[in-house]
Order: sequence, then C-alpha cells, then structure tokens
Amino acid sequence: MLEPISVSLETLNLSTLAPMLIAIVGGLGILVVDLIKKDLDKTLYVMLSILVLFVDLGAVIGQQVGDRGFFDVMLIDGLAVISQVVILVASMLFVPLALTSKRFHEFSYPEFFALFLFMVAGFQFMVASDNLILIFVGLETASLALYTLIALHNRDKAFEAAIKYFVMGALAAGFYVMGAMIFYALSGSVELYKIAEVLKAGGYANMTILLVGVAFMMAALGFKLSMVPFHTWTPDVYEGASASLAGYMSVVPKIAGFVVAMRIFGFLIQADVVWVRDILYAAVVITMTLANIMALVQHDVKRMLAFSSISHAGFVMAAIMIGTTQANSALFLYWILFLFTNLGAFAMLWVSRHKASIWHERYDHPYEKFSGMISIMPVGAVIMALFMLSLAGVPPFSLFWGKLYVMSAAVNADYIGLAIIMAINSAISAYYYLKLIVYMFLRAPEQNDGTVYVQNASKPLQTIIGFSAFLTVFAIFAVDPMLQMITAYVQASGF
Amino acid sequence: MDHILSVLVFFPAIAGLLGFVVSKESIRAYGLSVAAIEFLLSLWLWFSFDGNYPGFQFVEVAPLIPSFGINWYLGVDGISLFIIVLSTFITLVGLIALSIEKDLKNMIISLLFLEMTMVGVFVALDAIVFYIFWELSLVPMLYIIGAWGGNLRIYAAIKFFLYTFAGSLIMLVGMLVMAYLYYQATGVWSFSITEWHRLILPADYQFWLFLAFFIGLAIKVPMFPFHTWLPYAHGQAPTIGSVILAAVLLKMGTYGMVRLPLPMFPDAAVHMIMPVAVLSLIMIIYTAMVAYAQEDMKQVIAYSSISHMGVIVLGTFAMNPEGIAGSIYLMLGHGVVSGALFMLVGVIYDRRHTKLMSEFGGLAHVMPRYATIMGIMVMASVGLPLTVNFVGEFLSLAGFYKISHTMTILAGTSIILGAVYMLTLYKKSFFGEVTNEANKELKDLNGKESMALWTLVLVTVWLGVYPKPVLGPINTSVESLVSFMHKKAITKEAKETIRPTVIEREAK
Repeated sequence: MLEPISVSLETLNLSTLAPMLIAIVGGLGILVVDLIKKDLDKTLYVMLSILVLFVDLGAVIGQQVGDRGFFDVMLIDGLAVISQVVILVASMLFVPLALTSKRFHEFSYPEFFALFLFMVAGFQFMVASDNLILIFVGLETASLALYTLIALHNRDKAFEAAIKYFVMGALAAGFYVMGAMIFYALSGSVELYKIAEVLKAGGYANMTILLVGVAFMMAALGFKLSMVPFHTWTPDVYEGASASLAGYMSVVPKIAGFVVAMRIFGFLIQADVVWVRDILYAAVVITMTLANIMALVQHDVKRMLAFSSISHAGFVMAAIMIGTTQANSALFLYWILFLFTNLGAFAMLWVSRHKASIWHERYDHPYEKFSGMISIMPVGAVIMALFMLSLAGVPPFSLFWGKLYVMSAAVNADYIGLAIIMAINSAISAYYYLKLIVYMFLRAPEQNDGTVYVQNASKPLQTIIGFSAFLTVFAIFAVDPMLQMITAYVQASGF
Repeated sequence: MDHILSVLVFFPAIAGLLGFVVSKESIRAYGLSVAAIEFLLSLWLWFSFDGNYPGFQFVEVAPLIPSFGINWYLGVDGISLFIIVLSTFITLVGLIALSIEKDLKNMIISLLFLEMTMVGVFVALDAIVFYIFWELSLVPMLYIIGAWGGNLRIYAAIKFFLYTFAGSLIMLVGMLVMAYLYYQATGVWSFSITEWHRLILPADYQFWLFLAFFIGLAIKVPMFPFHTWLPYAHGQAPTIGSVILAAVLLKMGTYGMVRLPLPMFPDAAVHMIMPVAVLSLIMIIYTAMVAYAQEDMKQVIAYSSISHMGVIVLGTFAMNPEGIAGSIYLMLGHGVVSGALFMLVGVIYDRRHTKLMSEFGGLAHVMPRYATIMGIMVMASVGLPLTVNFVGEFLSLAGFYKISHTMTILAGTSIILGAVYMLTLYKKSFFGEVTNEANKELKDLNGKESMALWTLVLVTVWLGVYPKPVLGPINTSVESLVSFMHKKAITKEAKETIRPTVIEREAK
C-alpha cells in the first residue's frame, strides 16, 4: 500500500502558479462575460485581455527567482521569468492587432480571446517547469489553442493551415512523448535536473539509448521551432493564418521552444556529450542556410518572412548549441529585438490585408503589391524598409545588435567557423530583404491609389507599428540595460 | 567647441530629417545651405586643427553599450581630417551641379544622410561605430543608384549593396575576434581602434585577422578580382551618385586600410606586401587596358578610377611615410579629379543623353569652356606635374620604390597607359570636326556647372602647386603612425621594411 502523503499548503508554494492562473481565470472570465451579455464589442475583449496580461506580467515580475513549487514541478528560475516577460509583452502587442478597421469575423468571437489567454498560460507552463510531463501539458495546451486560433480565420487556406499544423503538431507530440519515455527509462525520473544527475552518476553508460531519446526530442522540438528538415509546415501555416497571428507564431511559440530546448540540451552539452553538440551544429547550419536559400525564390512577402523567420530561428539555435552564458543571453537579446522587428513587419502586412485577392490569385502579398510604395505612401514604405534593413542586420537597427552578440558569443567560444557561416548567411538574407525594398523604392507604382496599403489601418495598429519602428531604430540605446538584465537572469539560473 | 565632430556627423542627418518638411520648391536651396554650412564646419575643424600634433584631436568618448565595450568614440588626425573636408566639399560641389529634376526632394535628403555616413566613417575611432556608418552608407547609395540610374539600375544597385555587405560581414567577424583577443589579453571588452592598435598579436593570428579585414576593405576599394561591381554602379548611377561614389565612398576602403589592418597587424601586412602589390598591379595595368577598350566615356573614367585606386593601395603598402602619405594625398587628389571627370561626363549626358564617344567629336568648337575644363582634368588624371594627382602618385610610387624596383616601374606604366586612354577619349570627343548634327547646337556650361567645375579646377591646381598646407599635417600623423608600426612589429622582416623616416636611416 502507498503511504498517505500529507502536504501542507506552504510547501505547495502556490504563488509559483499565480501567473498562469491569472491568464486562465482571465480567459474563463471572458467566457463568463459573454454568457452574461451577448454581442459585446471586440474592443471590450481586447482591452480585457490586455489588462489580464498586464496583471499576469506583474505577477511574473514579482516572483522569487530560484523558487520551486507545486510538488516541485514548477521551476521559477531566471529563464522562466525572462521568457515569460517576452511572451507576455509580445502577447500584449499582438492583441490590439485585432482592432482593425475592417471586420474580421474571428475577432467577434469572445472565444478567440479566451483561447488566446489559455494559449499564453500554456506557453507559460512550458517555460516555467523542468518536469517533462508539465512541459508536455503546457505545450499541448498552447498548441491546441493555437490550431483553433488559426482555423478561426475562416478561409480555406486557414483551415488547411490549421489541419497541417495540427497533424505536424500531433506527430511532434508523439515524438516528444517517446523521447520523454526514453529519458524516464534511463533515469527513472521525469525531472530534468534528476535525469541529469542520474545520467552523470551512471557515466552516460547507455549512450545509444540516450541518442535515440535525444533524437526524438530533437525531432519534437524541431517541429515546434521549425528547424530544417521539420520546417515544411511553416510557410503554409503562416500563409494561411492571418498576418498578425503569423507574426505572433514566429515569435512566441519559438521562445517557449527555445527555453525547453535550452533546458533539455543544455545539460547534455554542458556534460560534453559531444554528438548532441555535433547534431545541433549540423541542424543549425542547415536550418540557416537552406531556409535562406528558399526565401530567395519566394514570390510572396509573407512566405518570404516565414522562411526568414526559420532562418532566424536557426541563427538563434546556434546560441543553444554554443551553450555559454553569453550565448544564452544573446539568444534572449536576439529574440527580444526580433520580436519588435518581426511583429512590426507582419503588422505592416496585416494593415494591407484585403478580403478579396486582387493582386494574385494565389498570394495575398506578392512583391508586386508593394511596387512604388514610396511615391504612394512614403511613411509606410520607409517604416517597412526599416524593418527589412533591421532583419537583414544593417546597423544600427535593432537586429544588428542581436546578430553581433550571437556572433560574438560564437567567436568567444571558439566557433569562428560558425561565425563566418552566420556572416555569409546574413549576406545571403540581405538579398531577399532588399528585394522588397527594391520593389517599394525603385519600381514604378502599378495602378493603385494607395488605399490598399492602409486597408486595415486604425489608430491602435498604427500605434503598434510606430512603437515597433521606434524601438527598431533606437534599439542601440536599449541594448545595454537589456543585456545587463538578461545576463543577470540567465546567470542566476545557471545557464 | 568640444563636440564639433558629433555636430559634423549629426548636422546633415538632422537637416535631412527636417528636410521632409521643406517644400519641394525650396528644397534645392535648403540642401545647398545645409551642405555649405557643413562644409564651413569642416573648414573650421581644419583651421582649429593643430597640424604639428600627430595624435587624435577633438576626441569625444561617450558610452553606448558599456557592458560590451562599445563607445561613441570619435577623433581626427592628419590622415582623416582632409578626407572629411573632401567629403563635405564634394557633397557641396555635387549639389551645386545637381541637374536632377525628378524627385529632387528625395535625392537631396538621401544625399544629406549619405553625407552623415561618410563623415561618420572617417571620424569613428570605435570599430562598431565605424562599422555602423560603413554599412549605413550603402543604404542611401542603393537608393540613389536604384532610383535615378540607367536601365540596369536595379541590378547595379543590388550588386553594389551585396558585394560590400558580404565583404564587410567578414570584416565584422574579424572585429569580433579582435575584441575577444583584446578581452583575453586585458580582461576588458573594447572595440576602440586606438586600444586595438596597442595589442601585439602572434604572427598567425595577425595573418588571419589581416585577411578578414582586408577582404572587407578590398571589396570596397575595389581590388581586383572584386572590382566587377564598380563599372556597373558607375555605369548606371546618376552623375551625383558617381561623383560621390568615386570621390568619397571608394576612399572608405583605402582609408580603412591605413586605419585598421596596417597598424593593428604590421607583421602580417609586411608579410602580405607582395600578394597585395601583385593584385594592385593587376588593377593598375589590367583595368587601364580595359579602360582603353571602352566606348562609353563614363566607363573609361570608371575603369581609370580602379586603376588609380591601385596606385593608392600600392602606396599604402609601401609601409613608409612617403608611400602612405602619398597614398592619402592621392586619395584626396583622385577624389577631386575623378569627381570632376564624372561631373563633366554628366554635363554632356544631360545635353545629349548618351555617353558614347562615337557620338561626339569636335566638341571643342561647340563648347570651348567645357573643353578647357575637360582638358585640365584629363591632364590632372594623367598625373601632369603641377596638378594634384602628380604629387600623390609620385610620392606613392617613390614610397614603393623602396620595396620593389621592378614593380614600381611596372606600376609607373599606369601613367603612360593613363595618358593613352584619357588622351584618346579627349581626342575622339573634342578634337576634329563636328560630324554629328546633334552636336552643332550644344550649349556650353551654364552658371551652376561652371561654378562647380571651376572650383574643382582651382583645388586641383592649388593642391598640385602648393601641397604643403595639406601634406604637412598628413605627414606628421603618418610619420608617427609608421614609427608606431615600426615599434610594434615583432618580426625582423617587418622591422626592416617599416622604416619611420628616410633621414633617420641615412643618418645611421
């Protein structure tokens, strides 16, 4: 018979759960509001969501770093805090993108916002735990909500995207469970720190089985992080989803995935399990390069941005492979800078979204759509160009500093070859970003009165784009304080 | 004024931003006034500059990213001072002669931003600040070539951007490695170029780092075999684009060589003299021959530009005060002369919308004033004594004569070959009878063009006759640079090659 376990409320340390609970309660609250009074306007739900996220952010920042709680499955270390901050800030920037001037029917459902908050809670669980089962629960909560959000866009392409993502996600979930099972079989635990201890004590005896486990994990996370060769869903899903959601997907699920990858591969790399590093090295180089080359031949700006975000993810995965404190800090710095730039770029596409496809029967945002934008809508063209230059890594715009720091981390860890590969990839990527700039600035406008670019524009959207552009240009002044904070958090959690 | 350098950098940028507000009709006057003020500011810098002090003056330091050792660190010495004055001068003269009507406002705003990046590159003493301006200069130039250029303008603009961008990313890796080595040596992060100069590295590190920096800079110069972007860029760019590209942007590469790899890696630089010299010789002779084969006036000047840049690189790698000072002087001279030549081609292109030499002939009868200035500039380009290029070319070659006699003699053929293609160009277009009906009614230079071109002629002749006020400060800084490199060099070979001054050697 099992011994009865007595658990006191103090040892549960429920405050570690507070941030996720706030998001979940907020989501439920939105559903309740809908039950009480039907047909409230979306502006109410948008603002409610922002407020919930704001309170959530407060709870996250107020947390004690280094705490464990709730049967010790929750782990509030620096990584958890900082990644939750990124997730919440990105979410707060995303929600107001629902306030378009054209009516899109998904935003009229309160369920959209409830699901969105559940998804945020899922991502928060993912990053704030080192228990493989809780990570899995978080991952699936978030993913299921995300599939639904994509499908709510209610076009054929959106359904296709949702199904595609769902199937791939299910496969990834299967891989993840297999990987977790092997880890459990090897060590008798699902807690990563215990797995690390047991494996180390055993001197990594069952290397082959460990390799299989790592391979499963890598495939699972590869799907989530859209690493080549598990990236095939990405462009189609981004294309099917609304541009704003695609921008969100390119940032938030990935940061959650990075944190999980950091936790799982981190201890293996630190323990000098050489082939984990080698496999990751290969995956990083292939992801960066192939995604870049595929982005070169795209005809649609959104698909180009999808491939470019795969390439950026590869760039950042390199930081996990390097595994030094500087590299891990660089990852967060890069991703925070990427957040504003990429979300801004996708928001620019979102502003120009049309209900009917007037430019191309296949694509929503072909390059031709942006021909001669400078003479029709100079401010929009300049802002879009800023985002593109930043993505290409032209100094002093935001992503340059991320690239600089990741490359410096590579150099400092004696990966000069990797740094050169990164440099070459940046040069390749400049071509497709420039292509859009060329269309906007150097081509003559096609028949077009300019309304197409501001079809969806509203004050909140313009504010968000302006805010992103501002941060993109003046990132140089934010890098230092950010870097110090990030490094402190990352160091505190021992990475 | 303590912050004159920051003012010099940001004044055109702020003026460019404010320019968005200025109405289309007044933008030309606005651009001219801004460029004139900037030029006066740079003259002020020159006059308050102490020509006897070899180190950096007007130094400014402010933290940008202190935890990573990146600072807003500016300063000028004799080497950079005159290139800054050249940048502001050429921008002003280019704006005076500007004949573009289409989207004039965008053009002037881009030019002002370009001016910021040019001045920024030459005053930066922090590698990252240098890199920021270096890369940023591509953006307005991309727009200028791409929006106002010829038929292949987009191809040319992208080629220009990607070549330089790819090269400079390799240089960025080099910078990061350098910062890391500095960190290992001192325990402090720093991207300060003057701090890096003090770091003595083992020879094999020097070699690889030298290569990384050299590739980035060589693409900009452009050294053979990376030169292919330049003829396209010149061929397609509007006049003002070519003028600035040839006069200032190319100098970024050669200036960077003097500022970065030479003092940082003297041993590797000495080790690499021969390969670099061979590349320079190929540049000098091969592109001169290519220039002779061109039918388009602008292409002739574009290739002659590459050929002259070869002499500059050769002089720089002479590693002695004569060579380096001469090459810096030649940078100024080439800036003025090639700027003037591109402007002259622009004058005839505005009238006839063609640049083919076969279309012209006998222009001296129709446009005497134009022919006079062209004649002077052709002579200056060839390196006639009493013009600015002669001084620079002579000193560069005299400097390299100490390294290798044969190579210097081969490089000397550039003067002969230069005479061949430039005089052919002049003969085909200006002498003889007016055969083409379209040329009979051509108008001679108008006021704007005369003003811009005569100013350039004046400078060409002044600096050719009396180079001392410019050459003096350059020489002071270069001599201290060379004796610094001499002290820093670790191999015997390098110590022997890098000789601080000639007199010192003879006294021994």
